[in-house]
Amino acid sequence: MYRPPSHVTMSCVFITDIYMALTCIQHCQRCTSLLRSRSVGITTLQYSTDAQHWPAALWNSFIVRVLPSVLQRSPNPSQTRQRWNLGVRSYCESHAKVQPSQTKHGNTDELPETDMVSYQNPVSHQLIDGGMLLKEWQTAFDLDDAPGHSALEEISHEEAVHMNIPAALPPVSISLKDYVNESETLGKLIQLGVQLWKLEQRPNVGSMLLRLDFQTDVTPRLVFLKQLGVDDSRLGYLISHNPFILTESLENLQARVAYLRSKKFSAESVASMVSRAPYLLNFSVKRMDNRLGFYQQQLGLSAQKTRDVVARLPRLLCGSLETVKENLKICKLEMGFRENELQHIVTVIPKVLTANKRKLTQIFDYIHNTMNIPHDLIVKFPQVLNAKYLRIKERHLFLQYLDKAQYDPAKPNYICLDKLVSLPDEAFCTEVASATLKDFELFQKTM
Amino acid sequence: MARASVRVFHKLEGLFSIYKPPGVHWKLVRDTIETNLLKGINAAPPPAPRQRVQFLAEPTSVVAEGSNELTLSAASVPALAHHPLVSGPEFLHIGVGVGHRLDVFSSGVLVLGVGQSNKALTDLYRSHVTRDYTLEGELGMATDNFSHTGRLIERTTYDHITRDKLERVLAMMQGSNQKALLTYSKVDMSTQGAYELAVKGELRPDGKSPPIMTGLRLLHFQPPHFTLEVQCLNETQRYLCRILHEVGLELRSTAVCKGVRRTRDGPFTIQHALTHQHWTSTDVIQAIRQYRSSRKASKAKHTQPGKDTGTTDHLC
Repeated sequence: MYRPPSHVTMSCVFITDIYMALTCIQHCQRCTSLLRSRSVGITTLQYSTDAQHWPAALWNSFIVRVLPSVLQRSPNPSQTRQRWNLGVRSYCESHAKVQPSQTKHGNTDELPETDMVSYQNPVSHQLIDGGMLLKEWQTAFDLDDAPGHSALEEISHEEAVHMNIPAALPPVSISLKDYVNESETLGKLIQLGVQLWKLEQRPNVGSMLLRLDFQTDVTPRLVFLKQLGVDDSRLGYLISHNPFILTESLENLQARVAYLRSKKFSAESVASMVSRAPYLLNFSVKRMDNRLGFYQQQLGLSAQKTRDVVARLPRLLCGSLETVKENLKICKLEMGFRENELQHIVTVIPKVLTANKRKLTQIFDYIHNTMNIPHDLIVKFPQVLNAKYLRIKERHLFLQYLDKAQYDPAKPNYICLDKLVSLPDEAFCTEVASATLKDFELFQKTM
Repeated sequence: MARASVRVFHKLEGLFSIYKPPGVHWKLVRDTIETNLLKGINAAPPPAPRQRVQFLAEPTSVVAEGSNELTLSAASVPALAHHPLVSGPEFLHIGVGVGHRLDVFSSGVLVLGVGQSNKALTDLYRSHVTRDYTLEGELGMATDNFSHTGRLIERTTYDHITRDKLERVLAMMQGSNQKALLTYSKVDMSTQGAYELAVKGELRPDGKSPPIMTGLRLLHFQPPHFTLEVQCLNETQRYLCRILHEVGLELRSTAVCKGVRRTRDGPFTIQHALTHQHWTSTDVIQAIRQYRSSRKASKAKHTQPGKDTGTTDHLC
């Protein structure tokens, strides 16, 4: 029987293992290229340790044959994996120039003490892009020799139990459902109450959430928000609306909070502003400063009053200033409110600054021209500008039908505008109109 | 076993009518109702959370002695893939169909159907149902779109108009419409059957027809304002405004329409129409049940003496 010389036999084993390692390195490259592709609404899983996806048989064969000492020293599979990676790298380094980017894995700072037999390849070769030229190897050896281990080999129960079988996660998916059982970050976000189904519809947000590490990325920011004073129950709402708060750097967040405190916003008001306007802390200090300056200047309010207005409606600091400028112009020119009247309206109802122009003019037109309510009465009760047009119209017509539509405080049987608008239907019918709810509904059907 | 939300959805499948307020587009109304019904369906309790089994290996305390005892513990962990925060609400969209539409200017009864009942909706409108309208007019003005919101074209006097003249004009219009109805119903007037149908007022056009008014009545007259009640089929609201304009022209004056209000659409009357504070899923379920029971009652009443209604719509 032909027996090949012993050194050739040993090298055969090495070559086949390196060949398998080569295919796996190429597999890694394919994975990284997948990660680099940006696609809308598609989540891509980052492989934290590429070794997970290499077939177990390969891994086993390598441990058993090439690094027998390693198995005895560290039964922990992850350590074994790292040493295997080291083994590949050190082997490559000892024989050829290595492209370090492809073969570096995780934290490998210990030098292996391997019992590997170094093989002197007579054919000179060099690594190209982390791969090895196969031709040189193939010419030197007979690859028909069967490899030492096959995938159908029986292994002991202990090995089977300690083997870490990775989850069969798809590399690309349209939903976070496939990853939520395995990912610690996603599980913790669900416990907070974050609506992942809404976030995964936004482009690239799903991939971003998967790539976050809970301990290093998410926890410091949650602690920061808690220290700020944001309630636990609001954290889920905050992240559902603004997931990018988890990628904003902590220095920036702290700087912005420090800026708001320097403008003499109290700690509670900062906390309430952040929980009601989720995007607030993503805006730069310069932008917030610009807006605060604009409101103070345009409205002509004192610093304290501006602070109150912004604390009540924090999204004034988030949105665009053009809509606010247009609304102010409408109030001054079209509706004819004076400077001090406008100041009073804005301090009572800041929402007027961000209201829909068309609806605002429609309501004002009806109140002023049809109901004949003068400016000073509107300024006294600015909440009518915030109400629904249909509600005001129905209630006014009902009162007119009952001959009770009298809004002048000087005359008897005066109906307060505040009560007209803010009471619920039942209370309005009994107190203001002295009629039943059924009558009101019957009247609504005659409009 | 169906989930709670699916059961609620099946209860919502039916026809019901709402009162559309003036100045609102019908599509906005339909979207509001769809949102409210979805809120009601998704508020139903979700199914019980599913669990999955994960095997955890016990740490083998003695390795060197080579003990072969393998102990695996089974732990039941929640399957987060089916958590409502991950999968979202159970219903994201339901099909709410609209019957005969009302334009922005008009108000009144608007018939809506949910889910499978949209097929019944098409059947309802293929069988020629009549509708009742209340039209409010004002004499002395003419505008470009026949309503008081349009651009003014002409102003005229109306002192010469009396109730008597107005009623005569309306009678003339009703007569011409009746003739049109006879023509389009394609019945031979010399037969006994046709005569009986005409007497009962159950003649209907056969196939497509232009708008026909089967009834026209003056409700209220106080110059310059007057109110008409119209029963018609195949109409549009713009056509009705034009009718008012033509009434004005016939009286040697002009008239505009100040309001169009639909009081009946086929078997749906204004009495059971839901106003906008009742556009919720509980009220809609009640309205559907009430309509179904009234249909059953009227069917029982009609089939008892053994008569065949024929022209009236037969839906449940």
